[in-house]
Amino acid sequence: MDVSLGLLTNAVISGLLLGGFYAAVSIGVAISFGMLDIVNIAHPAFILLGSYVAFIGNSVFGIDPILAAVIALPAFYLLGMAAYQVYYVAFERRDDQSLRGLSFFFGILFIVEVGLILIFGVDYTSVQAWYGGGNLSLGFIELPWRLLVPFLLGMAMVAGLQVFLSRTFIGRAIQAVAQDQQALRLMAANPTRIKRIAFGLSFATAALAGAAMIIIQPVEPSIGREYIGRIFAICVLGGLGSFPGMVIAAVTLGIVESLTSTFFGPSWAPAVAFGVLLLTLAVRPSGILGR
Amino acid sequence: MAYLAAKGADKQAAVAGLGNVAFILVLCVAAAAIFGATRWIGNSYAFFAAYVVVQYIVLGTAWNILGGYTGYVNFGITAFFAIGAYSSVVLYKLTPWLPLPVMIAVGGAAAALVGLGTGYLTLRLRGVFFSIATLALAVVVQTLITNWDFVGGARGAYVLRPKLAPLIGGEYIQYLYLVMLGLCVVVLATARAIERSALGYGFAAIRDDEAAAEAAGVPTLRLKLIATTLSGAFMGMAGAPLPYYVAYLDPASGFSLNYAVNAIAMPLIGGTANWVGPIVGAVVVGGLQQYVSVTISSAVNVLITGLLLVLFVILAPQGIVGVAQKWLRRRR
Repeated sequence: MDVSLGLLTNAVISGLLLGGFYAAVSIGVAISFGMLDIVNIAHPAFILLGSYVAFIGNSVFGIDPILAAVIALPAFYLLGMAAYQVYYVAFERRDDQSLRGLSFFFGILFIVEVGLILIFGVDYTSVQAWYGGGNLSLGFIELPWRLLVPFLLGMAMVAGLQVFLSRTFIGRAIQAVAQDQQALRLMAANPTRIKRIAFGLSFATAALAGAAMIIIQPVEPSIGREYIGRIFAICVLGGLGSFPGMVIAAVTLGIVESLTSTFFGPSWAPAVAFGVLLLTLAVRPSGILGR
Repeated sequence: MAYLAAKGADKQAAVAGLGNVAFILVLCVAAAAIFGATRWIGNSYAFFAAYVVVQYIVLGTAWNILGGYTGYVNFGITAFFAIGAYSSVVLYKLTPWLPLPVMIAVGGAAAALVGLGTGYLTLRLRGVFFSIATLALAVVVQTLITNWDFVGGARGAYVLRPKLAPLIGGEYIQYLYLVMLGLCVVVLATARAIERSALGYGFAAIRDDEAAAEAAGVPTLRLKLIATTLSGAFMGMAGAPLPYYVAYLDPASGFSLNYAVNAIAMPLIGGTANWVGPIVGAVVVGGLQQYVSVTISSAVNVLITGLLLVLFVILAPQGIVGVAQKWLRRRR
């Protein structure tokens, strides 16, 4: 195998950009799983829902896919709050999160996926935007806009949420809710309300991540399944609840996947996440930056 | 505690109800009667439809041995099911003269090894990590099969179904159906025997409070590994006859999410507490699906299954069997 330096550099750079996108996809689960301890395996389905919202905004109304996702943010936020309310009443209060709570999200995953198939069919769809093609030239390296824009969007989401979580009262309450609900009550914050807000936020990130996904690649309804392993691999590897760890993990996975597709072929890439996940669980389940 | 007490109570439990041997005899008679009834209907569609329902009883019961009895959720049903199916494809290419039951045993062994390995790596952690790992397992096994040219890769593989059924005569689908019924008897008898043994009480202790079970001396990791291996083996066995049933197997159909959703939805809808639940779930949901896919469309029927799953876990967590038991108790 001829490993040229140019090929290697390209693979690493596109892996880095891909990693920023993976951070955008994973941040919702970093909140729901990492901070609230709710294993929302349906998250990728809602990311795809976001992709189709961006698709409709783009193809029907002719607006920018990211703008379409921003417009849909409040709707996703409310959807997330409603989903948490159902989860809380049906499972968390009954203390039945593991078997039935997990199955609940599995059922939701399936309903959203089949719903999208019934509405949009199984063909790939894509969006039109100025960053759909072309490169940003930085002297010796070329950065494709198609990867750069989702990367920047992901980084902006991580930075914004990090500031919100560390500087505001509600943000700090969200970080505290998984640790000590009783103490939170003494601070006059209702844990259920805080969790509802956080879950709403987690869903809202799915709208933006969906726009990023349909910019990077054409999507079809069942593509979300490939992301389940990836997202949870990133969250576990990063150490649950830590955004910096998640970003490092996302970039690592992006680069490893990119190298794998370059040197072994793209059909092997989905297996990388699983290898990373199993290795992490077996060797260091608390992740690289875990407590 | 229950585990230790159960060792003594083991014999009593067997006497209280039907003994295991008697139960197997009852199941065999029931299976023979069902086979006779299907043959009496006499068209091959009846066999194809009934095969699917019986296959789901096997898959649902296999899932329930881990999910319902120990409380650990396996989402990677398609991985185990497809390992069984593809091991038959491999055997078909290498040694086509092997009888089907041998292929089923090989497929079950392969899936059992994968279950043991996955369990060994992840079961020492909290249950959710096992669930997530199994989700990812389904993707990775699909990736491996898609890249494996010997079994057809992404293009899929053709398997020639023999024209005539061995031993019983008639169409080959009758033989497939009979074999699946036999497998069903084995799986149900195993599930019921587990429920009434020390093993079953150990599983229940893990489900109710794993830390307390561990503290009381229940070998939790070993029991969980037994459950994962058994459950994986039965899923692989359920998948092994699939290439002969469909005659053309590609990764997209072998790893169809429908299998995973049905295998989880059916026990949860029927009831996870004992071996009756998955049967009720498979017959009710499977029957409904056969009806809907004939009258409306197959995309709608999977949507209905998903909706039923979500509704049942929210509104009737004990499943149909649990609701029926509660209703009977109130009537008394």
